[in-house]
Amino acid sequence: MEVVIIDYGAGNLFSVQQAFKRLGIEPIVSNDSDVIKSASHVVFPGVGHAQTAMEQLKSKQLDVLIPQLKQPVLGICLGMQLLCESTEEGNVQGLGIFRSNIELISDEVIVPHIGWNDVQFSDQKGTNAYYFVHSYKASICEDTWGICDYGQPFSAALKRNNFFGVQFHPEKSSEQGARILTEFLQQ
Amino acid sequence: MDVYKRIIPCLDIQNGRTVKGINFESIRDAGDPVQLAKLYAEQGADELVLLDISATNEERSTFLPIVEAVAAQVDIPFTVGGGIASVETAFQLLRAGADKISVNSSAIQRPELITELSGQFGKQCVVVAVDIRKTATGWTVHTHGGKRDTGRDALEWIVEAVKRGAGELLITSMDGDGTKNGFAIDFYKQVTQRVNVPIIASGGAGTAQHFEDLFTETTVTGGLAASIFHYGELPIPELKQQLKQTIRIR
Repeated sequence: MEVVIIDYGAGNLFSVQQAFKRLGIEPIVSNDSDVIKSASHVVFPGVGHAQTAMEQLKSKQLDVLIPQLKQPVLGICLGMQLLCESTEEGNVQGLGIFRSNIELISDEVIVPHIGWNDVQFSDQKGTNAYYFVHSYKASICEDTWGICDYGQPFSAALKRNNFFGVQFHPEKSSEQGARILTEFLQQ
Repeated sequence: MDVYKRIIPCLDIQNGRTVKGINFESIRDAGDPVQLAKLYAEQGADELVLLDISATNEERSTFLPIVEAVAAQVDIPFTVGGGIASVETAFQLLRAGADKISVNSSAIQRPELITELSGQFGKQCVVVAVDIRKTATGWTVHTHGGKRDTGRDALEWIVEAVKRGAGELLITSMDGDGTKNGFAIDFYKQVTQRVNVPIIASGGAGTAQHFEDLFTETTVTGGLAASIFHYGELPIPELKQQLKQTIRIR
């Protein structure tokens, strides 16, 4: 098994890397197309602004590579958002994997959404709490895999073919988060 | 559903060790920060705050390795603060695994710092810490560990900080800090009417009742404390168990 974390300059890779290490996996951090293509599992993390992140992806031609990947791909937080159709943040066109659009969380609730909240996965009974920190949310769509209700229900997790995405941070969500990563590795 | 209310232990770190002052002075030793952070995560802490209170650059250099060690060994989010005055320093700490950056005095001296950090990392990453104290003229902003009154109105500064891109506020009532007389609930009520970002209340926590009052009387989403956790006076599992009866607690 060879897990590759895509490094496109959008910070916070260390925590994701460490989370896999705690599971006994030594992930490779890279922005090299060949390294990414040969991975058994690809992790696409991200923190920051969608527009800046998309520009960084484009400058490394990763915007072309990522949608073509055939192995299991896990987008985390901004990574998940960039796999969607479009995002209101900087009016950016996404990579178009998930049929979801990214919208600003309505200010009827406290924004950003920071803290632990429950997620109901479509293939699981009961809910588990995960750690969220975000101002933009993914709309509910045919690819919705997990729902979190914060003011309004939104896609906390998305799934389509070999692509998975989570809005929350599994690397910071204690044993529940570690379970998500373990299940991803079993794909 | 609303987000779970957060119980947040704060580790004041100086020269590689966790310390805790009573009223920000008379520092006592509370041990190895990495071990303590790990223990709190295992006990169910929702998040951690690590504050570098080093006075010298030599001491300050001991902080980055601690941040890395915490990120490696602890699987809950943590905020780091103390002496962060530039995007470069913030970047180093985020690269080392911190989830959020907290700025205090440096933002008061140069408010553009908030805008810069928020533009670079997103506002969900930027915590503005404000130390407040009730004076004859109302609640004012204090700096230098609470010793210096800037004379600046606390509410005004908080509103400005949010406008400039603060994604979260960590508000410490200096009157309450270390005294265990409860949180400054009246002030938090005023703040939550003026801004719509998550707030972490700090200063004055002594009992589970104090947290319950904070979470029932205000819309504050986090309660921070140090000494009651460090000295085992109110262990996190016990606190959370008590709060669960009335408050949405994980």
